[in-house]
Amino acid sequence: MKHHSHDHPHDHAGQGIPSDPALRVMALESLLVEKGLVDPQALDALVEAYEHKVGPHNGAKVVARAWTDPAYRERLLADATAAIAELGFGGLQGEHMVAVENTATVHNLVVCTLCSCYPYPVLGLPPVWYKSTAYRSRAVIDPRGVLREFGLELPAETQIRVWDSTAELRYLVVPQRPPGTEKLTEEQLVALVTRDAMIGVGLVRPPPAGHAA
Amino acid sequence: MNGVHDMGGMHGMGPVQPEPNEPVFHHRWEARVFALVRAMGAFGRWNIDASRHQRELIPAAEYLRMSYYERWLAGLAELLTRHRFLSAEELATGKPAPGVTGLAPAMTADEVAGFVARGSPAARAATCPPRFGPGQHVRARNLNPAGHTRLPRYVRGKSGRIDRLHGVFIFPDTHAHFLGESPQHVYSVRFEARELWGDAAAAPDAVYVDVWEDYIDAV
Repeated sequence: MKHHSHDHPHDHAGQGIPSDPALRVMALESLLVEKGLVDPQALDALVEAYEHKVGPHNGAKVVARAWTDPAYRERLLADATAAIAELGFGGLQGEHMVAVENTATVHNLVVCTLCSCYPYPVLGLPPVWYKSTAYRSRAVIDPRGVLREFGLELPAETQIRVWDSTAELRYLVVPQRPPGTEKLTEEQLVALVTRDAMIGVGLVRPPPAGHAA
Repeated sequence: MNGVHDMGGMHGMGPVQPEPNEPVFHHRWEARVFALVRAMGAFGRWNIDASRHQRELIPAAEYLRMSYYERWLAGLAELLTRHRFLSAEELATGKPAPGVTGLAPAMTADEVAGFVARGSPAARAATCPPRFGPGQHVRARNLNPAGHTRLPRYVRGKSGRIDRLHGVFIFPDTHAHFLGESPQHVYSVRFEARELWGDAAAAPDAVYVDVWEDYIDAV
């Protein structure tokens, strides 16, 4: 049965760019493909790169190396872009990297209040909460309240440093190595490092009892 | 511009809601928008600053209603017509104008890995020495340009200390408007939380903001 109602975005398919984002994007992509401006296989490859290749497992390798190799840690804190490139990571939205290290007295937290800048090569694409108006508005004025929403209560004497990514520098937090992990291998340490810890909204937890080497 | 995108320090946005085991994209269309923005950006008709500014120009009420990738889609559609990849009519009808073919070769799948690995460095060679050094006290200028800026409102007029020098970078305030790269030194400035937010803020805390030289004065 044929409808002439304008209530359904499907009715507009082929008759203009519809309002539903899924349909609008499909229409825009096919228009750009028809004009020879876009190769759908290149789009597939871009999506594939960020769904399956680039992600927080890269950053975890950087952190575990910094924990196990003091000379690497020094290089990372002095020139993060070069040190991260040593492990094969870099490029889009990680062209200029800065590593900031958590200590017993300092906790670092990364935000982009103006948009949602994020270090793609080491963390992949940002989660929805990082891009949310709640996080962008509050991380700078109420970092302790934000951390509490992640289940993290820091001592009053801990200094919280919030890094607002207003320029082209991208920040990676080097979390503290948890106690009781002295005997773990670098690979075992990589598995402990979470994305949230590398943004600064989490801590790296020791492995569950029984799993420690 | 003093847009709603500049939201550092605002109240009323609700709690942060982390999602356990979140997928990279929640919908296929989000993945396609992400890829389209990257593929079309690679033509170099606009730059990242212009792209950010285009999203800032989304009317405030719309901006707050939209999801992140809806903003990307809205910004992309505007850029495509402004920079003549598409006519307004093509965008409205979804049909290519007759006789229009590729304006430049499209990015191929083989080129993606190189594109991702290269990125688009924004650092430039220094042509003059930095005006400020580590530890120096500075004040953020009270600038309120109607165009693009990366100086957030919450630090304007506030005092801080230079934490480190980052080197020389493209200046977004001109670059976003296609008025040139105008490279200048960028600094990390440490603002004490109490300087920004008053005595209710935790005494040990601080916010570090990356600022271009034109955003600050010596105190």
